[in-house]
Amino acid sequence: MATQPNLAAAAPIKHTVPREQFEYTWPLPPRHRPDLPEYTAGSLSAYLATAPLDEVDIADPIYWENDCHWTYFKRLRDEAPIHFTHHNSNRHRGYWSVTRWADIMAVDTNHQVFSSDAHLGGITLFDMDQDFIMPMFIAMDQPKHDVQRKAVNPIVSGSNLAAFEELIRSRTQEVLDGLPRGEVFDWVDRVSIELTSRMLATLFDFPQEHRRKLTYWSDIATADPEVPGNLQKEERQAVLMGMLQEFMGLWNARVNDPEPKGDLISMLAHNPATRDMPPMEFMGNLVLLIVGGNDTTRNSISGGLKFLNDNPAEYAKLRANPELIESMVSEIIRYQTPLAHMRRTALEDTILGGQHIAKGDKIIMWYVSGNRDERAIENPDAFIIDRPRARQHMSFGFGIHRCVGNRLAELQLKILWEEIMKRFDNIEVVEAPERVPSAFVKGYKSLMVRIPA
Amino acid sequence: MAKITYVAHDGASTTVDVADGVSLMEGALQNGISGIDGDCGGNAACATCHVYVAEGWGDRTGSISELEEAMLDLADGRQANSRLACQIKASADLDGLVLNMPETQH
Ligand code: HEM
Ligand code: FES
Repeated sequence: MATQPNLAAAAPIKHTVPREQFEYTWPLPPRHRPDLPEYTAGSLSAYLATAPLDEVDIADPIYWENDCHWTYFKRLRDEAPIHFTHHNSNRHRGYWSVTRWADIMAVDTNHQVFSSDAHLGGITLFDMDQDFIMPMFIAMDQPKHDVQRKAVNPIVSGSNLAAFEELIRSRTQEVLDGLPRGEVFDWVDRVSIELTSRMLATLFDFPQEHRRKLTYWSDIATADPEVPGNLQKEERQAVLMGMLQEFMGLWNARVNDPEPKGDLISMLAHNPATRDMPPMEFMGNLVLLIVGGNDTTRNSISGGLKFLNDNPAEYAKLRANPELIESMVSEIIRYQTPLAHMRRTALEDTILGGQHIAKGDKIIMWYVSGNRDERAIENPDAFIIDRPRARQHMSFGFGIHRCVGNRLAELQLKILWEEIMKRFDNIEVVEAPERVPSAFVKGYKSLMVRIPA
Repeated sequence: MAKITYVAHDGASTTVDVADGVSLMEGALQNGISGIDGDCGGNAACATCHVYVAEGWGDRTGSISELEEAMLDLADGRQANSRLACQIKASADLDGLVLNMPETQH
């Protein structure tokens, strides 16, 4: 008799491997990748168009660096809207991909079942480092999340931001007036990073001359230690501890002012709701504000210029009618989806879109896919600056964790485009951008442009 | 159908007809009333349709779900008469209702 195949060994797992049973190793075991040694964006896209859905680990940065994840998500939305990935599970324990608008909404609004808790792994596909958890409310559940969010909320509400508007505008003007004409330069460095770091320094009243530190810390906080050239785990933790110290210094210098100044640190230090929280938690919140507000806004600034260049008719519409800036800002944020996903952990067994989700399973809400779901958004792959109801996108998430900085982000982008349109009739993108290799932060490393002389 | 009056934070007031079964958030969007954004499309998931329901109308505007309560609790300017307009459906019962808007939504 022929030997029976060992089904048990071959059977793919259908649920996330529990953390207690998972052997965390560092460095992570190597990835299984498609057999395309000389891959290009084209060959990767072609592969994703037909590869068995189960044999793809879309968390692999090569797909994001080459901007070819789109085909795969369309297939998932159509064929397997709640889909489990076991491929490469020795790296990530296995995860569910949720790709349709309505299903993502169902997860994001069910915080009783779907947890953000850092101690269960947190809010990104790869588990948070369990030996280096900075308490921040984006990775907490109720009731603590609510208490801390309420403390930060007034600082970034519309009425408070109005006070910053003139300052943000003058900083924006300075940056734009300093740009070269008739010369190729990197928009990411000269504009996107420069503006977001100046704005952050303004909001925190952080010394302007050291503003690039904010960028550096934000990059370090989100950088994947696996990517060659990035800091290793321990170095990364040391840098972040240094950041905490520096902010403590500013905190201590301001906490005893007779009256709070208008900056975010003073407001936190003086507000009765926040001033007595343990220092590490305040720091967690500051870090969250820095990280949350940095990459996301930066990549929306870069993305907007790229989309207008890719869609000359939309650029022409904007020139003819700068009133469209407001809806364009929302459309840019939808089209870019600066955070490709948020992750949750199931607190109990449940059914989602007909699939059985087990307690402890990892659920990835792919906003990048929900924002292109033709079931919810008409003609979703088109960039349309006067799209009706442009505000209805998922880039800011939904439910109790919905982005608290959304108005600040929109304000920054609105001011930027108002000032750009006053100065430059055209800014040309001269080559394809270099993209960030990450399934979380969806963005650009560089975008070479020229402003005609 | 119900005549609904939306009063912006600066006092600007607009009265429109909202068809039965249509949410009061939709009623605002369809009539271009600013101050109500409706970012989540009516899922009680964004709180950008936060309004204050005029006194005496509370028992006619229906009950508050757990999610609506959680979102209101985190909203700017929460008051006892706060509601999410997307969770209130127009009907003859609500004819004449006045909704005030908070200073900011986000
Ligand atoms: C275009 C720019 C931005 C995008 C796309 C974005 C996106 C997001 C997303 C997807 C979430 C999680 C939502 C969820 O889990 O349902 C979030 C949460 C958050 N964002 Fe943003 N964000 C942006 C700008 C900002 C800015 C400028 C700030 C800071 C001032 C900020 C601070 C936060 C904070 C503090 C949270 C945590 C909220 C909570 O857990 O309750 N974000 N953001
Ligand atoms: S429209 Fe989002 S909560 Fe009402």
